[in-house]
Amino acid sequence: MRQYLVRRLLLFAPTLLVASMAIFVVMRLLPGDVAMLILGGDASSPSAQQQIEVYREALGLNDPWPVQYLRWLWSLVNGSFGGESFVDRESLGAIIGRRLPVTLQLAFYAVVISAVVSVPLGVIAAVMQDRPVDYLVRVVTIAGTAVPNFWLALLALLALSLWFLWTPPVFYKNLWEDPSTHLQKVLWPSLILAWGFSANVTRVTRASMLEVLRQDYVRTARAKGLANTVVVSRHALQNALMPVITLSGLQLAGLLGGTVVLETIFGLPGIGQGIVLAATTRDYPVIQSLVMLLVFMMLSLNLLIDLCYGVIDPRLSYR
Amino acid sequence: MAQSTDVLQHPGDAAFTLPPQPNLIARAWDFARRKPLGAFGAVVLLVLVLAAVFADLIAPYDPVAQNVPHRLREPGAQYWFGTDTYGRDVFSRVVFGSRVSLYIGLMSVCIGTAAGVLIGVSSGYIGGKFDLVVQRIVDGLMGFPPLILALILVVALGPSINSVAAALAVTYVPRVVRLARATALSTSQEMYVDAARAIGGSQLHVMLRHVVPNSLAPVFVLATGYLGTAIVAEASLSFLGLGVPPPAPSWGGMMQFGARGYLEAAPWLTVYPGLALSVVVFAFGLFGDALRDVLDPRLRGR
Repeated sequence: MRQYLVRRLLLFAPTLLVASMAIFVVMRLLPGDVAMLILGGDASSPSAQQQIEVYREALGLNDPWPVQYLRWLWSLVNGSFGGESFVDRESLGAIIGRRLPVTLQLAFYAVVISAVVSVPLGVIAAVMQDRPVDYLVRVVTIAGTAVPNFWLALLALLALSLWFLWTPPVFYKNLWEDPSTHLQKVLWPSLILAWGFSANVTRVTRASMLEVLRQDYVRTARAKGLANTVVVSRHALQNALMPVITLSGLQLAGLLGGTVVLETIFGLPGIGQGIVLAATTRDYPVIQSLVMLLVFMMLSLNLLIDLCYGVIDPRLSYR
Repeated sequence: MAQSTDVLQHPGDAAFTLPPQPNLIARAWDFARRKPLGAFGAVVLLVLVLAAVFADLIAPYDPVAQNVPHRLREPGAQYWFGTDTYGRDVFSRVVFGSRVSLYIGLMSVCIGTAAGVLIGVSSGYIGGKFDLVVQRIVDGLMGFPPLILALILVVALGPSINSVAAALAVTYVPRVVRLARATALSTSQEMYVDAARAIGGSQLHVMLRHVVPNSLAPVFVLATGYLGTAIVAEASLSFLGLGVPPPAPSWGGMMQFGARGYLEAAPWLTVYPGLALSVVVFAFGLFGDALRDVLDPRLRGR
């Protein structure tokens, strides 16, 4: 186990590096000259040519790719996070400082809601296998994985405005600035994100519980006269949680991807919406640094989950 | 590891004869009886394929022809799903949209599977430094939320149907590589691979004729699941305005069009394409689950 953890830690940096190279190369595939795009795409007159040349030099686009790559990498480390936006010259540090809390709050709510809802639901469905409650849970979870979250979001907005004459506030506020506006703005996207996230978690909790409930030690616990609730919560659930945690880690990718679409629909100024906006304006310093940030978040969370295995399941350390 | 030969000789082997192979219809019927939900999914997918193939015959109107006097008609007898702001029939556009979805789904899965199996199997079979490098690249690409990777690729390649398909294929490749490598590693331990090598089969021959075909079943299950994922991803990208460019009738693009200012005034613009998308993805989910149950021997008999 310790060997595995060391290996896992050592691989973290190379994985990040490969991901950063992938982002950098993809961004260099952008059609057209970036300097030309910024200046409006007109390169016919000699003065415009000259201007483009000046711009290219200023942006460092005349340097060879490896130099540009290393400069970007260094800026990620030294705190300038890849310079500034091409469009409005806002520094990336400021952009991240403004947008990251929004995405973090949204993801946090979604994870908390699903943790509170999905594990108990999965346990109940497993204990009541093949009874109406179980069927209800299964149908709801299958629907949760199948219905695309952006369609669900649109339906929610539509239903709320048609039947309850309610529309979300126009501008986003952080929780510490204006709690009421904040909650009105993030409630629906959090719920929709949580539904998709918890659907799979519930399914795996149910499957894992079903397996554990058939184990001998559960029968033993029952046989010695323990109450059903104690057997389920102490003996079964603790042993069934491992696959649930593994899956939750894998699901984070979907969660972070889902924030992109939901932030755009609900007008939440988070990282995902930032990437989409930057993508439509070809603002590539913003795209590459924001995408790198999401990749970094995802890889660190997965690492953290792997490191937690040993704490959650002490049996692993003896292997 | 000592290989014992008695594994090959079961008691009663001589008396054992193969049952007559059931024909396709009988097998389909058997599948439908054992997995009714999976069969339902299969039927919906069949409808999708038929709609895509015979779109010209099914759709009552041209999906891109504008008819401005008939703009924003509510759903009714003449226009089943209503019309959009250019007077285009939403039903016809949904029917033609199945072509876009299916094309992108199939293209990305086929390209991704072919490339992924090739890379994965050779990585597992060759091993060594090559394997190490491939695995690090796979790790790096798996670090992206899939939708984000597809998004930046589409931005780089420019908006078109084929660049969406290519972007989704690239997103899919690392997942196939990982699975194909793992199955190839266990397959190459099998005795028939040793046998093929022993009779003088070249590295390439053994890999292509023996290892690859025997590593495919799990890859197919993954591919069925990814078809649905790819279709949703295409719709999401088009919905964000970064996928299939208009006027091509893509379900995601239609929903973006409807959601921009017409969500309340003309909800049919958003609701019907989304419904089509949800039903198709739901069907893929049901069919994929059933297929996994049938193909995965560990889950058999549950």
